Amino acid sequence: MTMQPDRQIADMGGASSLPRKNGELVFDAAWEARVFGMTISMHERSLFAWDEFRSELIEEIAEADRAGSDSTYYERWLEAFEHLLVEKGLLSHEELAARLADFESGRRDDAF
Amino acid sequence: MSGNHGNGHHRHDESSASLRARALESLLIEKGLTSSDLVDKVISAYEQDVGPKNGAKVVARAWADPAYKARLLADGSSAVEELGFGGALIAVVENTPTVHNLVVCTLCSCYPSALLGLPPTWYKSFAYRSRAVIEPRAVLREFGLDLDESVEVRVWDSSSELRYLVLPERPAGTENLSEEELAELVTRDAMIGVAKVQAPVAAR
Repeated sequence: MTMQPDRQIADMGGASSLPRKNGELVFDAAWEARVFGMTISMHERSLFAWDEFRSELIEEIAEADRAGSDSTYYERWLEAFEHLLVEKGLLSHEELAARLADFESGRRDDAF
Repeated sequence: MSGNHGNGHHRHDESSASLRARALESLLIEKGLTSSDLVDKVISAYEQDVGPKNGAKVVARAWADPAYKARLLADGSSAVEELGFGGALIAVVENTPTVHNLVVCTLCSCYPSALLGLPPTWYKSFAYRSRAVIEPRAVLREFGLDLDESVEVRVWDSSSELRYLVLPERPAGTENLSEEELAELVTRDAMIGVAKVQAPVAAR
């Protein structure tokens, strides 16, 4: 089964529009594509509406711009996605922090 | 991109975002909220997608810059290349109050993909390919576009050598919009010629 891109995602406009080069999506690192894929896969499973994520993303981009942050589009996406997951009660800050600590210390090392 | 990192070669210079992403994915999978396979599928589906954004940028530039519009109509491929969009030879046809252009590929599904992404299913259908030439007005009506009898309809047959893009009419009430805002109004269907570009709600 091949999946068709959802136009409301692929064609997002304004500040939230996906980084593209010559029309194709640009991922500067493997993790960016993974985070992109995780977000959309969970939307496909109806765990949240796309607009819920998009408003988090827009808010995060505006906030980072206001603060003069030089963070990248997908760093902001990751931040917005984590916010949404916590807000929706799908994950807690504690779980996230504990899992991150496992990866930082090398106790866990699952590759993508 | 499969996203495979091998065995964590770049451990020491792995960015903190990358670590966070790996931690997040492992948690989400453990909780059954997603799967590696599904994430892979999403990535590959979207990596192949271009979408109509490039075409919309071309149209918005032509609306905002008369000199660019003249170049675009005279030599579509070079003008499109100016904006960094390469690909097949392109001819741009302009809609006016008296002429409406419609694009079809009667033979298969030739389409300006670098500008519009993948063609919609109906564009490839036998019904559209045959009827667009024979009864374009009826086809347009089915798309919700009822043209006045006084408007001339021109149908263009895209081929692998030359692909057509419609330059839609700029809607009234958009004089104060920036080029970026204009681009957001332009739809794929308008650039194929089965729709008009609508003014934003506030401008109507």
